[in-house]
Amino acid sequence: MVNIGCVITTPGSSKNNKTGSWRTFKPILDKEKCIDCDNCIVFCPDSSVNKQHDIDYDYCKGCGICAHECPSDAIEMVKE
Amino acid sequence: MVDIPDKNLLAPGHRGCAGCGASIAVKLALNALGENTVAISATGCLEVMTTPYPETAWEVPFIHVAFENSGAVASGVESALRIQGKDDVNVVAFGGDGGTVDIGLQSLSGAMERGHNMTYICYDNEAYMNTGIQRSGATPFGATTTTSPMGSASFGEDKPKKNMPMIMAAHGIPYVATASIAYPEDFVKKVKKAAETKGAAYIHLQQPCTTGWGFSSDRTIEMGRLAVETGSWILYEIENGKFDITYRPEERKPVKEYLAPQKRFRHLSDELIEKIQKYVDAECAELGL
Repeated sequence: MVNIGCVITTPGSSKNNKTGSWRTFKPILDKEKCIDCDNCIVFCPDSSVNKQHDIDYDYCKGCGICAHECPSDAIEMVKE
Repeated sequence: MVDIPDKNLLAPGHRGCAGCGASIAVKLALNALGENTVAISATGCLEVMTTPYPETAWEVPFIHVAFENSGAVASGVESALRIQGKDDVNVVAFGGDGGTVDIGLQSLSGAMERGHNMTYICYDNEAYMNTGIQRSGATPFGATTTTSPMGSASFGEDKPKKNMPMIMAAHGIPYVATASIAYPEDFVKKVKKAAETKGAAYIHLQQPCTTGWGFSSDRTIEMGRLAVETGSWILYEIENGKFDITYRPEERKPVKEYLAPQKRFRHLSDELIEKIQKYVDAECAELGL
């Protein structure tokens, strides 16, 4: 069923689309090295790092911005 | 530091490229504005990647309109809310550089001139990226695109970037700013200021594009930083006619450091790089950077 005007009534329904399957490199965070600067949260294009710095691999596309912007080298990109 | 919300208002699962700068920009802007927001978007990468039917990445009410009329539709939304007495709702329109500096310029100009209480954010990735990297009025001098290709007869785009923020400033609106995704505190502060402004506000945000500019997906923020550190992109705001630089690089880096890592500039001769350097120097001198 297509709604009139192509209205989508469920906010955030893109979550049905698990973009984690796009990934070739996976960011692994070493929490021991983390200095809580929150760069990985702020710069994640896929809203895939939460407040506790847990990475949501269902959606992370493996772009590597978090690892590149991490000032304490706490994130390593590992091949899937 | 940027406040980290419990819930992001741009949901994951959108189809933006890995390393997409537009989604970083919109996520930061929406989180700064909060849930009491209506968003409007012109056609462009943002609309295509966030709303493939029947899904949406938006957690706030969102309207997609044609390339040329996000300014007009945002005006209508703002007027309708005002007439209903809902003065506390943020109305924000997003457009790419194509939807802003080229196709949407007339309706945006009208919205700004009429002084609607809205914020317009142009996420500028300096070409029509969604349709395959065609040049726009915002494409910088020397960049190769599919419609300004470099080759034996051409070095790429032969015109400088259209100075959109100053065109907006010429409308006499109360708030105009430039921003970069590489400086999120600065950007978020400007979004909040724009939302608090009574009347029309315009933010021109430079947003590096991994696909169109040709750099690896982890360098999106680094490219934005290099643009600002070299003076190729200047962060300023014009509040009620008062001009202020909001970020000054300690020492301006040579523009080559910004151009060299990008595929779109890789063909440039030293002579052309020198020309771009002179152009950047002149721009910085004019704005007092």
